[in-house]
Amino acid sequence: MDLKELYQEIVLDHGKNPRNKRKCKDFNKDAEGHNPLCGDKVHVFLKLNKEKKVEDISFEGEGCAISIASASIMTETIKGKEFNVAKKILEDFLNMLKEGSKLRINSLNEDQNTTMMSLSGVKQFPMRVKCATLAWHTFLHAAENKKEKVNTEKGNL
Amino acid sequence: MLGANSKDKFMDIKSVKSQFPIFKNKINGKPLIYLDSANSSQKPGRVIDRISKFYSKEFSNIGRSVHTLAVTATNRFEETRDLVKKYVNAKSREEIIFTKNATEGMNLVASTYGEKFINKGDEILITELEHHANYVPWHFLRQRKGAVIKFAKCNDKGEVEIDEIKKLISNKTKIIGITHLSNVTGAILPIKKIVDLAKTKKIPVLVDGCQGAPHLKLDMQELGCDFYAMSCHKMYGPTGVGILYAKKEWVDKLPPYQGGGGMIEEVKKDNITFPGSPTKYEAGTLQTAEVVGFSESIRFIQDVGIKNIMQHEKEITEYGVQELKKNNSVKIIGDPKNRGSIISFTIKGIHPHDIATILDEDGVAIRAGHHCCQILHEKMGIAASARASLGVYNSKEDIDVLSNAIKKCNKIFNK
Repeated sequence: MDLKELYQEIVLDHGKNPRNKRKCKDFNKDAEGHNPLCGDKVHVFLKLNKEKKVEDISFEGEGCAISIASASIMTETIKGKEFNVAKKILEDFLNMLKEGSKLRINSLNEDQNTTMMSLSGVKQFPMRVKCATLAWHTFLHAAENKKEKVNTEKGNL
Repeated sequence: MLGANSKDKFMDIKSVKSQFPIFKNKINGKPLIYLDSANSSQKPGRVIDRISKFYSKEFSNIGRSVHTLAVTATNRFEETRDLVKKYVNAKSREEIIFTKNATEGMNLVASTYGEKFINKGDEILITELEHHANYVPWHFLRQRKGAVIKFAKCNDKGEVEIDEIKKLISNKTKIIGITHLSNVTGAILPIKKIVDLAKTKKIPVLVDGCQGAPHLKLDMQELGCDFYAMSCHKMYGPTGVGILYAKKEWVDKLPPYQGGGGMIEEVKKDNITFPGSPTKYEAGTLQTAEVVGFSESIRFIQDVGIKNIMQHEKEITEYGVQELKKNNSVKIIGDPKNRGSIISFTIKGIHPHDIATILDEDGVAIRAGHHCCQILHEKMGIAASARASLGVYNSKEDIDVLSNAIKKCNKIFNK
């Protein structure tokens, strides 16, 4: 385990200065996520247009540096993407945290790739993986109109 | 090992710590600094050995068969009850009920007492400091019976003053449920005074003794409470064992809790009768080896001496508060006049989970979260806090490692 891997500069920066941490205007979908074990809460707001493109995405919430940074990075990465592409990015991200695999998706630019990869250190800290994935699962719930709140302890992810 | 004659002397901390095999292990390459005893304490070797010996040489189910092993096992089990009875100064062994944990003890009271004595509109008085284990069982009763739960307020220091209790007592109050020692603010509550007050109104008092039992001298007759729930795994004992002290007058009056084998007197097709306490509250095969193992936890505490433990923990806790206060970014939660060995805190700009992860790298084990006290955390306007909680094995050096590890948090986050 290496703390430097977990708290990389990019992660710390997003944790301290989260991007898109607000309720975005004209959102047409939203969902809430909660990790009852640690109290992390996130509310994802999404504007998905008719062509199923993520026109805008933002979040509100409170939590640890990892969960806030991950939510922030997610909004930056997914904004402007087709929903199907966003879903692939999400799968890739989860694989990176669970299996330690590299990002395979080719629709990210180099910056986005580096930013996403900054969260790869979380894999070494199994207790923190849920912090990093909460916002992403909540995004999916919002996009797919699932009514139930995301709850990391209910197995509804 | 410390013998009986060392009771009056201040104990040798190194000798005590060396009795806990877990400290031989390294955590992330560092010596273990265990500051999570309020969550669960570590176990001395004699407890672990006792369980092993019981399984190797004495094991059988208890209270059922007549063969030699059954008699031995039953004796060892019941000897533990006698030991506990003496340790907490209960009047009779019927007052000592083994449960799976303190939570079950509190559920037992809420179920049996609640079923019989609490009706629609009746009031249950608890406090904002309560652990979920002393709230959720009452919530079930609220739903089932339409009872009302009132919360005595905690002050800025993290204490519940007796006046707050007095204010909320009405002629509808049917029970008071209160913690002996807050698992967040560390405040030791004036239980005896509260019990005396409750007695004048004939209201029974259930004490959540999870944090009190491992760290304070227990005397049920002096305290005078009606119920006292203990968690043995926080008392240097095995997991899976709790103890509910319940005054004789109550166990005689209250119905059984769970039904099953071992807790019956006579079973007919049209009727079942039940024996007295503790039998009627101990349905099914209990955690036999763990109960027997717990006898060694009591002996361990007695050998070190609870007064020595209290004095030692007080000293280390005071040192801990003093050292943490030196760091301007640290905010200690609560400032109780009478503090048990618990120090909860937050660090400006760093979430408790990040603190816990960073501390862990230095071998420092603390807890981060709401510590099963969401009501209290909401009142304080925070979702979570970090908590360092001490046990008999902690030393000033442990606090120094903690302080330095906290500085590392500052360094990582304030670059």
